[in-house]
Amino acid sequence: MSNQIICTEEQSMLLDTALDFCEKHSSIHVVRSRIGEEESLSRDLWSSMVELGWAGINIPETYGGLGLGVGDLVPVVEAMGRNLMVSPLVWSAISADTLLLAGSDEQRANWLPKIAGGAIATMALTEPGGSWLLTDVDCRGSIEGDGIVLSGTKCLVQDAKIADVVLVSLQFEGKPRLALIPQAAIPSQALKREEIIDETRRCYQLTLDGIVLPKEQLLPETCFEAIEQAAMLLISAEMAGGHASTLNLIVEYLKTRKQFDHYIGSYQALKHPTVDILIGLEATRSHLYHAVTIYESAQSHEREIALRMLKATASEGFSFAGDRAIQFHGGFGFTYECDAQLYLRRALWCQYQFGDEDYHRLLLQSLLLDQAG
Amino acid sequence: MVSEQEQNEFRAEVSAWLKENNPGDPGFLLPESFMEVGTDQQFEYLRNWQRKVYEAGYLGMSWPEEYGGRGMPQIFQDIVTKEMARQRVPFMTNTIGLNWAGPLILQQGTEAQKRQYIKGILNADDIWCQGFSEPDHGSDLGSAQVKAVKDGDEYVVNGSKIWTSLGAYAKYMILLARTSNDGPNKYAGLSFFLAPMQAEGINPQPIQKLTSEYGFCQTFFNDARIPANCMMGQEGEGWQVAMATLMFERGNVGGQAGGLSMMDVNVNDVLELARRSKRNGKPALDDPLIRDQMVQLLIEARSNTLMAAKAAIPPLNSERPGAIPMSGKLRGSELKRRFCQFALSLQGANGGRFVSPDAVDGGKWQRIYFNSFSATIGGGTTQVQYNIMGERVLGLPKS
Repeated sequence: MSNQIICTEEQSMLLDTALDFCEKHSSIHVVRSRIGEEESLSRDLWSSMVELGWAGINIPETYGGLGLGVGDLVPVVEAMGRNLMVSPLVWSAISADTLLLAGSDEQRANWLPKIAGGAIATMALTEPGGSWLLTDVDCRGSIEGDGIVLSGTKCLVQDAKIADVVLVSLQFEGKPRLALIPQAAIPSQALKREEIIDETRRCYQLTLDGIVLPKEQLLPETCFEAIEQAAMLLISAEMAGGHASTLNLIVEYLKTRKQFDHYIGSYQALKHPTVDILIGLEATRSHLYHAVTIYESAQSHEREIALRMLKATASEGFSFAGDRAIQFHGGFGFTYECDAQLYLRRALWCQYQFGDEDYHRLLLQSLLLDQAG
Repeated sequence: MVSEQEQNEFRAEVSAWLKENNPGDPGFLLPESFMEVGTDQQFEYLRNWQRKVYEAGYLGMSWPEEYGGRGMPQIFQDIVTKEMARQRVPFMTNTIGLNWAGPLILQQGTEAQKRQYIKGILNADDIWCQGFSEPDHGSDLGSAQVKAVKDGDEYVVNGSKIWTSLGAYAKYMILLARTSNDGPNKYAGLSFFLAPMQAEGINPQPIQKLTSEYGFCQTFFNDARIPANCMMGQEGEGWQVAMATLMFERGNVGGQAGGLSMMDVNVNDVLELARRSKRNGKPALDDPLIRDQMVQLLIEARSNTLMAAKAAIPPLNSERPGAIPMSGKLRGSELKRRFCQFALSLQGANGGRFVSPDAVDGGKWQRIYFNSFSATIGGGTTQVQYNIMGERVLGLPKS
């Protein structure tokens, strides 16, 4: 198994640019102020991100993108995570990756240039049962005449309201498949905003009953494994950013808050767990950039191990950091006003998307213990 | 540059030599590191092995020829060290000489000191020990109280040092002692000696460890006279020299003679134990809880490996460059302690045995677990490391 970590010049530049950009345009105050708004991100800000080329990072140059890989999104997504910025970038990028791997030539030619140009794509994968298995699909598509009639309910679909296209998973002729639903095909009453723990995010329930698609909206192939892996990678990148900021929030408070005549950071009961949070962050970022390094080249077995270890480490580390951030802020930590709750909420959301640490350790058992080597 | 082909040829040569000359099972449990050498039998076995490796030309390969090395590029020695670990041959017992005192003397010593000491370090004629810690100042070296008072061309030493590994076998000690109390701070009064151990008034008393074995000494100095010219650096510069030594000890800088310095036990050895262990008659790896704990340990071991890789990439460490290197001992030693503890839980009722022929692997795991505390305590306890990390890396107020 390779232990390699390489940070390419592009990745290093993207990280610097993105850290600057997100700090300047989307401070934690800006993010907090948008909680009550209909959209989590201002359209102007999204336009600026698109101008920087970020919407097309993993889209080939022939379709107007930068021609890099999914791994090259990691520095940008990590930087976004620092101040809990939310944007359609992650799901647009995974949608683009899905079209590249499983879409038809026409579907690619139609959507990839639009996505690279800032059209918003998202994915409707989760169902009310909350299963993490992407092929565990109850929603259906059945042929009636020239069209496919959809039925069932999807949930936790991020940015569905503003998406130009939604990629949906369906049972079709006995197999889980993927289909494209353009915004125009979604009746307004089919979308219902959901209450989720991370208030910086907008998620919707999508009722499929009554939606009819032309057959050519079905993707000819499937790539559920690749979708899961891209999601594990990018969600972990987001968590690495959030984890870093949670650490900074804690350290700042420990250096300025006094109790019993001493800065609370001088007490080892607070100092030592804070060091654990730092070590957890370093572990997550090490797994993260290793996963980036091997993402395109590794055998699928090795890639799966790297990504499940990453998601487990990131989930455990960030949720611990968020939990301790509340506790270490004392009474202030119990208030809505304290930013610690924003980070804990983000940590919990990410922890429970695409498998928590227990789930990934369970899947790692057979990968690590039952095969020689 | 040494060509790939040259490296491969050399690797094959070393590999063959080690296979041919591996001293094999001595018929008694060998120590895991220089800190655990407790019997004359163990010591003689290891000393002979080091001598054999040196005489074959595989130790101190990058050290200058005029002092006993071979003056070759470091890569050759690294190949030997890796090959030794891979073939699991015994370690080089003169660890303090090879890895700390030797490189220090080569870096800062006089020509005479280099000629006097280096060769004996390599061929294991002259065993070295370290006199830094004191009974009342375990992790706080700057407060050392052993006194050295100048008297003509000698210093008269009084006090005691503790945790002197190989103290009973050593010919020399790297000694940190207080030559003055008048400096602007406690560090300014310290001096550093390459002290002979065979002087009158120096008495290393073996300490029995929690394993019931020996391996450390408390070394008492009772009006012991050591020559003034064995000082390293000038009077009052002892702290700086000691810090340079710690840089070698912690592996922060290169220059060591190389060679395997301890029996390497890692998490994969525990996995291998798990594969052949039974609990209540069933394979231990059928137990869901054991499986989860094993995976958890494998992930954490992997985290440490990957952190070492990330530490070498500046753009990924711009915010807190000290975070990974400064937590290395803490992470590594604590993980080892935990996976050794876990190795006992794989053994059913036999987890309660100790070193004996009836125990699993001869009681190796019980002994390794107990000895693993030497790394979580020695060189600054885990708890002190947490304070250092909190204060120096995160900038938190002092405790």
